[in-house]
Formats: sequence, C-alpha cells, structure tokens
Amino acid sequence: MIVKLLSGDKPRSRVLTALLLVILICLAGAPFIFDGVRPLDTAARICIFILLVASYDLLLGYSGIVSFAHTMFFGLGAYGVALASIHMGRGFDALLVGSVAGALAAVILALLIGLFSLRVRAIFFAMITLAVASAVAVLVSQFSGLTGGEDGLTYKIPRVLTSANRLGEIMGTKISGKILNYYLIFFVSLILFLLLLRIVNSPFGRVLQAIRENDFRAEAIGYRVVWYRTMATCLSAATAALAGSLFAIWLRYVGPDTTLSFEIMLDILLMVVIGGMGTIYGAVIGATLFILAQTYLQNLMGTAAEATSGLPLIPELLDADRWLMWLGILFILSVYFFPTGIVGRLREQHRA
Amino acid sequence: MTAAPDHRPTFARLSLTERLDASLPLLLVPILVVLGFFAIGAPSSWLTLTVSGLAMGMMIFIMASGLTLVFGLMDVINFGHGAFISVGAFVGVSVLIALGDWTGAASLVLNMSAIFLAVVAAMAVTGALGWGFERVIVKPVYGAHLKQILVTVGGLIVIEQLIHVVWGPDEIFINRPEMLKGAVTFAGAALERYRLLAVAVGLVLFLAMRIVLRRTKIGLIVRAGVENGPMVEALGYRLRVVFVGVFIAGSALAGLGGVMWGLYQEVITANMGERMMVLVFIVAIIGGLGSVEGAFIGALLVGLLQNYVAFLEPKLALVSNIALMTAILMWRPQGMLPVVKAK
Repeated sequence: MIVKLLSGDKPRSRVLTALLLVILICLAGAPFIFDGVRPLDTAARICIFILLVASYDLLLGYSGIVSFAHTMFFGLGAYGVALASIHMGRGFDALLVGSVAGALAAVILALLIGLFSLRVRAIFFAMITLAVASAVAVLVSQFSGLTGGEDGLTYKIPRVLTSANRLGEIMGTKISGKILNYYLIFFVSLILFLLLLRIVNSPFGRVLQAIRENDFRAEAIGYRVVWYRTMATCLSAATAALAGSLFAIWLRYVGPDTTLSFEIMLDILLMVVIGGMGTIYGAVIGATLFILAQTYLQNLMGTAAEATSGLPLIPELLDADRWLMWLGILFILSVYFFPTGIVGRLREQHRA
Repeated sequence: MTAAPDHRPTFARLSLTERLDASLPLLLVPILVVLGFFAIGAPSSWLTLTVSGLAMGMMIFIMASGLTLVFGLMDVINFGHGAFISVGAFVGVSVLIALGDWTGAASLVLNMSAIFLAVVAAMAVTGALGWGFERVIVKPVYGAHLKQILVTVGGLIVIEQLIHVVWGPDEIFINRPEMLKGAVTFAGAALERYRLLAVAVGLVLFLAMRIVLRRTKIGLIVRAGVENGPMVEALGYRLRVVFVGVFIAGSALAGLGGVMWGLYQEVITANMGERMMVLVFIVAIIGGLGSVEGAFIGALLVGLLQNYVAFLEPKLALVSNIALMTAILMWRPQGMLPVVKAK
C-alpha cells in the first residue's frame, strides 16, 4: 500500500527514510506538536515550498532544463486566487476558480515559452525564461490598478479558514479555522507531491530522464524531444501555480516580493540542488532545511556575530543578513562535490 | 576514353532579396531610428530620445560583448557576469567618492581623470575577479551547460553578498562629476553631456574591438577559435590561455559597463548587475550568441526601442524588449548574426 502510494520509488536509504518520516510526522502534527503562531507559519511554508521545489525538480532534475520563470508560475497561481477572491467575494468557489485560472494561465504561458525556445537550443530556455519572468514582474508592479502594484493585494478568504472560526479544543490545543487552513494546505501539498512522484516514475518520467542523459539518442529512438520537454514544462508550471494558490490562501496577501521576485527563484534553485536534483525526495529535505535555516539560522548567526565582535571582518561575514552567502557557498560546493545532493549522498552510503 | 566534360561553373548573381537578407540586420538600426522619427513627430524630443537610446545601447553593449565572446569561444554561459557589473560599479564609485575634490571641481581635465582612474580601478578589480572566477568556479564544469548555469548563479549570489559585506547593505547615491552635469542644447534638443560621453566611449570601444578581432593575430585566433576550436588547437595554439584572456577582458568590460551605468543611474545597488543581466541576455540572444557585431546591433535596438516606447507608452517599456526578442527569434531563431560553427 505505502509502496504503491510512493509509486514504487522508495527512499532507498535508512537515514533518508527516518528523516522523511520525522518531517512527515512533524508537518502532519505541527499544530499539536509546536506551540504558537510562528512554527505553524513555518510548517505551512515548508509544505508549500516542498511542492514548489518538487515541481521544479521535475524540470531541472528529471528533464535537465534550467528555468528562471518558476516564480512567475508560482505568482500566477497566487494572483489568480487573490484576484478571484477580490472580484467574486470571499468563498470557496473563488478559491477554486482562482486556482484553476492561475494554473491554466501558467500552462498556456509555459507552452508558449517552451515552443518558442526549447526547439532551438536548451540553453536559450534559461535566458528567455529569465527575461520573460522579469518582464512579468515589471508588468505586475506597473499595472497597479489590477494587481495593487508594489503594495500587493490583501483579500478575505472564507471565514471557515480564519482564526475567527473557533471549533473547540483537542488535547489542549485550540482548534481554529487557521488549523483547518493548515490541513487544507498540508493535504493538497501531500496529494500533489505524491502525484509528482507518480509522474516521474511513469514511462513519461523515464523518457524525460533519457532525454536528460542524451537528447540526441532519445530523439533517435523515436521520442519527440521537444514535445516531452514542453509537456514537462507545462506540468511543472501547473503544479507551481497550484503551490502559489496555496501560498495565497495561507498568507491572505500577495505581492511581487513574496511571490515573483528573483530572490525566491534563487531560493528554489538552492533548495533543489542542496536537497538533491533528480530525486523528488530531495525537495522535501532541501525545502525543510532551507526554510528552517531562513527562519532560525539567522538568529544563530546573529549570536555568532556578537560573540566574535572583537575580531576584524568576521562579524560582518557572520552577520544575520549574510546567511544567503553561506548557503550560496554550500550550493556551489554541492554542485561540484555531490551533484545528487543530500539525498543522493545518503543513498550512496546505503549502497556502500 | 572520353575526355572529361568541360567544367564551367556559373555564378548566378545574387538576387536583391538575397543581398537584402544578408544585410538586413545592419539596416534595422537606421530603420528603427526613422520609424521613431515618424512615431514621435517632434524632431527635438526625437533627437533627445535617440541620443539617450544610443547611450543606453552602448552601455549594454559594453556589458554584453564579454559575455557573448566567452560563450562563442568556449561554450561557457556565465550567469555570474552580472556580479562583475555590480562589483565594477561599487569599486568605481568608491574611487570617485574618494576623489571628491576632483569630481567637484569645475575642470573638465580633473573630472575626466577622476573618471579615468575610477574606470581603471574598476576594470582592474573585475578583471582580477574574473580571473579568479574562471579558475575556481567555471573551470571545473567545462562542457556541462546545466552545471555551468547553476554554479555561475551560485557565484553571483556569493559575490553579491560579499558586496554587502564590504560596502554595507544600503544603496549608494553618487553625483556625476561637475562638468558632466546638465545638458547641451543642439537644434532645440537638450542632450545630456554624460550620454554623449557614453555614446563616444561605446563607439570607440566597439571600433577598437573590431580592429582587434579583424586586424590582429590574437583576434584571428579568437575568431578561429569561435568557429572551430579543435582545429585551432591542432595548429598548436593553446586555446585555453586565449580563453582565459577573453574571460578576463570580458569581466573587465563588465566592470567598465558597471561604472558607466552607475553614473548614468546615479545610484548603485548590489543587485544592479543581476537586473542588467536580463537586458544583457536579450541582447546576446537577438544578436546571435558569440557574435560581437550582433550584440552591438542588438544593444542599439534594445536601447533605442526602450527609449522610444518609454516616451510613447511608458508602461510597455520593458515589455518592448521581450516583444523585440520574440519578433527577432521568429524571424531568425539563431539570432540576427549567428556565429557559424564548424562541427
């Protein structure tokens, strides 16, 4: 049953299995295990980013395509929900319509970009997605009448999902709509994650891997490389848009900085590579590690900077705002020395 | 045995359309300028916009030329190029601020020597940084595009963060030197002095680059290396050394572009290079990856179009570049002047 749910793609390492189980249990029980608002917010972010990073892994790890437009698709989903909620009023129908519309828009845009740039040269795709994504980000901040510009949009989600909806107490934890909202995000992320696992382990996923390894040979065997690459792009775009919708439902706010910025794109890249490219499980490890680092490493580094404040230069290097630099160095090192990331490393150990 | 038939090659004259097709990319810039004239209507604002478009195009060209040559020569795509733009700007601006007496004086000689020193310092630092970057970051991943993209993006992140470490997290505002402030009036149009300087520098640089590439031995080796690397190596030239040289030169040019762009915007931030990369890539793609002339034409097109559109319909300025790229790629999928690669 469990193997079937995982589409036959088992973690293949005891340590990895244990890690994944710990993460799953922590996320599933987050409202009950941890106290307070911040851990719950962190857990929701982790769920959403696991899904987002896994969808990016379908592109980068399995198809060998580098895209810089993933945040654009993420943003499309988020803005879809935001706009639908504003114009249709609060309600589940607005959330649904917004998500579907966002995903559709993402697929159409991905199809256009893919057909345009994937047939010429795969390397064009990286550059063209970068250009298109930045143009979309500019458009969103320019057309402030529709999108709220730099300020973004705030809107109302159904009352059932807000903390105003009190449902009593279980095991000393007050159950509110916020927790229902969290579980909505958790389960949707989980289902879509398993779906992605299914896709990469299907014959379609195998063809993508064949194309990644040698596109010329795959074409010679008779697979239409452009079609497969474009399909992978569209699927990944749709999933990213859905992750964006979840993010919008959780935050009740969308803005260019939180959904469209290049910084988030870099974060996603770091998560995929550090977690492990071409292993959907890498997304779980990468996203969890990264977001925990983002939330808690900064405090740690701040303490370290204070402790070394007498020394030259070191406090600046350890400043809480410089955490991205250290992750950047880790990123470069992992591309060189363990390109399959943490997950690949753990699996090798298991084999040896 | 019968004699071989006489061989009489016939040279068909190229038809007009064939000749036009080859030179059309070169005509695009004048065509765009003329179209701009009719779309804008007022000659004085057209002249102002054309000069600022050319200035912008020249600066983008300075930044893009290194990137496109590096790609052409070694098939290395450097997403970290933007970091050199930022570093160049920060080094150059620091020098300018240190030379505050020179830039504040109303003397063209002192102003220009301050800028000259700033540019030299910026190019030296970014050139050295480029050398290190090539050694540490790029060298281990030759031939693997995916890893190159990832690793150079990593390099971009780290260098940007290091800029924060050295210069602090805030943007730096900078005044242009005294004599470069303001504008000269020509035929009723106000032309900013600094933009005229930028056009001049860009033009000189393009011509110098063309002479080096077309008239010198090193240029010959570079061009041959772009076309067929293994053959050049078989003839006994160490292409790797040439490549490192081109990489350093390209990084130094990015630094120069960074200083000029910083003075143009009068404010510098650590992620300015990252933002410029979008335009740099568009220029490199529409010009044809590896082609310096293509990048030059592409940069001028992007600069002019952006300025014209910003005047006519401000909200569409950045999207105009995407539209331009789409149109050109539909017309020529490999870019305007694609580099012929012998396989």
